[in-house]
Amino acid sequence: MPKLTIQDLARVRNEARQHIALREGGEYRARITVHMGTCGIAAGARDIMKTVLEEIEKAGAADLLVTTSGCGGLCSHEPMATVELTGETPVKYIDLDPEKTRRIFRDHMMEGHPVLEYALAEGSERRG
Amino acid sequence: MDDLSLHILDLAENSVEAGATRIGISVHEAPADNRLTIEVVDNGRGMDAESAARALDPFFTTKPRKKPIGLGLPFFAQAARQAGGELQLQSLPGGGTRVLATMEYDHLDRKPLGDMIATVMTLAFARPDLDIHYVHTVGSQEFTLDTGELKRALGDRTLSSAHAIRTLKQELIRGELRLYL
Ligand SMILES: Nc1ncnc2c1ncn2[C@@H]1O[C@H](COP(=O)(O)OP(=O)(O)O)[C@@H](O)[C@H]1O
Ligand SMILES: [Mg+2]
Repeated sequence: MPKLTIQDLARVRNEARQHIALREGGEYRARITVHMGTCGIAAGARDIMKTVLEEIEKAGAADLLVTTSGCGGLCSHEPMATVELTGETPVKYIDLDPEKTRRIFRDHMMEGHPVLEYALAEGSERRG
Repeated sequence: MDDLSLHILDLAENSVEAGATRIGISVHEAPADNRLTIEVVDNGRGMDAESAARALDPFFTTKPRKKPIGLGLPFFAQAARQAGGELQLQSLPGGGTRVLATMEYDHLDRKPLGDMIATVMTLAFARPDLDIHYVHTVGSQEFTLDTGELKRALGDRTLSSAHAIRTLKQELIRGELRLYL
């Protein structure tokens, strides 16, 4: 039966030993939250998540946190994600696709420069 | 929603929103019995009977500050019915929620299962303290994965690291592929 066996777990644990990040107390440098309400999922939010995970893998990063959230009430602008660098104001990104997501990952999450052209304009928040 | 894996993600996100720390997802494919069963069980806050009845009504949601329509459950119920099956919802305040959907495996209007790997991957990251127990059977073949076990094996707090993501993905690909061999 293709099941995760004790041996598999031991193997994973041994591999992990070499990779355990130096982060302490669950600290992370940046956090991305992909909106995963019904409207977001229908608009492609899972592909956005997939892209984020692929980018983390490619970058070899160990200091980022990924989470999801429910519907934020801006259904017509899904897929959406919020990026927050530790200690800075969160930026909400709207109308995402994998390409935009890769740029946000590189510019904002890795290099610290928000991608203003994809961000929700300040004060334009309304329910849709 | 184009496929069942997206519906499953949507249901499980309801569980997350309901404060669940553990979600069980099972997909049982039984082509020989012309049956497909999907179950999502959580330990979230649950609903009373009235809310549960209303959750199946496309014009109801308890979530404030948003459009007054909850669509996830009614959509999934519709997908089950159109494939000759049905959806059952059981919930208890403080006792969690269980959604069970059955479908005819060979029904022409049965949606394809879709990408369960992407769904489980996404849910694994929904909340740092959430564990997903995933079971997928095809005939007599079974694959199970517990992200809680995997997380403990990886060492705490490393789930969103490149190494953890790669490991989880590899385990899922390996397990899912073997099911269909
Ligand atoms: N697993 C669950 N646990 C507790 N409450 C739930 C669960 N699933 C659904 N609900 C309740 O049913 C309502 C309708 O759910 P749904 O149709 O997915 O719409 P939405 O999530 O957009 O509100 C939710 O707002 C919530 O109050
Ligand atoms: Mg929902």
